[in-house]
Amino acid sequence: MLRYTLSRLQSLVLSLIAASIVIFLTVEIVPGDPASYMLGLNASEDTIAALRDQLGLNVPSYQRYWNWVSSLLHGDFGTSYTYRTPVSDMIRDRLWISLPLAIYALFLSTLIAFPAGILAATHRGSFTDVLIMGFTQLGVAIPNFWFAMLMVLLFAINLQWFSAGGFPGWENPLLAIKSLTLPAIALALPQASILARIMRSSLLDILSEDYIRTARAKGLTRGQTLYRHALRNALIPVLTIIGLQFSFLMAGAIIIENVFFLPGLGRLVFQAITQRDLIVVESVVMLLVFAVILVNFAVDIAYAIVDPRLRGG
Amino acid sequence: MVLLNNRNIVIGAALTAIFVTLALVSFVYTPYDVTGVDIPNKLKKPFSNGYPLGTDHFGRDILSMIMVGARTSIAVALVAVTIGMALGVPLGLAAAANKGYLLDELIMRSNDLIFAFPSLVIAILITAIFGPSALNAIIAIGIFNIPVFARLTRGAALSLWQRDYILSARVAGKGPARISFEHILPNVANLLIVQGTIQFSLGILAEAGLSYVGLGAQPPIPSWGRMLAESQTMISFAPHMALFPGLAIVFTVLGLNLMGDGLRDIFDPRIRRDKS
Repeated sequence: MLRYTLSRLQSLVLSLIAASIVIFLTVEIVPGDPASYMLGLNASEDTIAALRDQLGLNVPSYQRYWNWVSSLLHGDFGTSYTYRTPVSDMIRDRLWISLPLAIYALFLSTLIAFPAGILAATHRGSFTDVLIMGFTQLGVAIPNFWFAMLMVLLFAINLQWFSAGGFPGWENPLLAIKSLTLPAIALALPQASILARIMRSSLLDILSEDYIRTARAKGLTRGQTLYRHALRNALIPVLTIIGLQFSFLMAGAIIIENVFFLPGLGRLVFQAITQRDLIVVESVVMLLVFAVILVNFAVDIAYAIVDPRLRGG
Repeated sequence: MVLLNNRNIVIGAALTAIFVTLALVSFVYTPYDVTGVDIPNKLKKPFSNGYPLGTDHFGRDILSMIMVGARTSIAVALVAVTIGMALGVPLGLAAAANKGYLLDELIMRSNDLIFAFPSLVIAILITAIFGPSALNAIIAIGIFNIPVFARLTRGAALSLWQRDYILSARVAGKGPARISFEHILPNVANLLIVQGTIQFSLGILAEAGLSYVGLGAQPPIPSWGRMLAESQTMISFAPHMALFPGLAIVFTVLGLNLMGDGLRDIFDPRIRRDKS
């Protein structure tokens, strides 16, 4: 187990280094000079040169990369070109919306997908199965932001159960969770559909195994067989997909935040793009990629805990 | 004909054909001009005289916009899938032919790296630098397709390399490149077609999402995603503006997915045998 963890850890670090180089180089080739952009058209050569110096733009690029990475490691994401405030502060505020939103959506999608997938698999070929699979087929085809708009129309505008957008802050947690509910449902819908399908096919594979027949033959009921033997093994592929989904949820949150005017990471990125505040874009992208790589690492480890066969390799 | 016996394929192909036809017809004919502004006829309800799907806040005919939007969606997704296949498949073949060597390791690790960037994040990076456009949306979606096809091809090719007929081809003196293209590629083609259909539908969804947030096709080119974005502030009094472009996306994606599922069912016996 230790050797397995170490080898996963090694690839985690390598991926992070590679990703940071890719992001740095991409931002590096941007035409235009942030210093002259910040100071506007009327700035004199001297002021621009002074600001370039202050921003650390006058050193060779390998040294700038090193400065960037080492300050990232110290939690310093640099200073926003437009707002002149530390990027880490901006991100921290926004993260308090985007991260709970992604986790909420992941929770909802698991909550819907597990029973749906299990029900479909245990009642294979029945009307229930066909109905559930039909819904998942639709769930995958509906763009989540459109589903979000339809929910706003129904629940916020017509029924007025929820507000159409905005975020009241965490001072009142219930209200905050309520305002994240529609966005979380919208985010969860396609993910729940995918997850339910994976759960169903994974469980069907397991249910046809010999040891399931043995368990039934030795007198366990269908329910006992399902919970003691089938589900645990069927969870392995499901776990991988949940891990992959986290990255889609973080990215999907960027679009959904736009529908509900939630001041999360997504809105921050879009503002930064229009203002060409590249240091903010760079930092948020690095953060998202870091989150994805970290979650995949966690999934690899969880995988090995569930399936001992993997630990050797 | 085995294809016509599969209900999924028939429904899926019919849905897809409708939107491909709409897109193609839009090159020669649309009921109205989609760039003109016609304020006297703005926000007409569906089924009103001459406007089967109504008009938007500029008085533009929604049916015409959906037809031209189909063109944008299908073109972006199709080119993105082509990029993914054109680069991903040869990479996958090369990795399988060099299994365990540096080249294989290099290709697969770069694939993992791309996978760490969700496609939307790639799109954000690209548009932050080069500015939003349909072309950059294609590149962003296309880049994300490369590792999908590379992994799939490599996985399927690896099991084929164990087969006896590959051994005979090697004995006959064929090199790895020739074997890859003459013997491996035709045998993974089924899988690639199924995956291509699925990536096509994902591409349509991705394009819609990107143009919804303003990172895709720019005005005046109509696109389904931007039609939805424009409808958002008017959804309380003109819900039809949001309804039809959304339905267009759902039906196109559903059609492609059903077609993919149906094709997979037909190819399945082969795939099963390849696995063992």
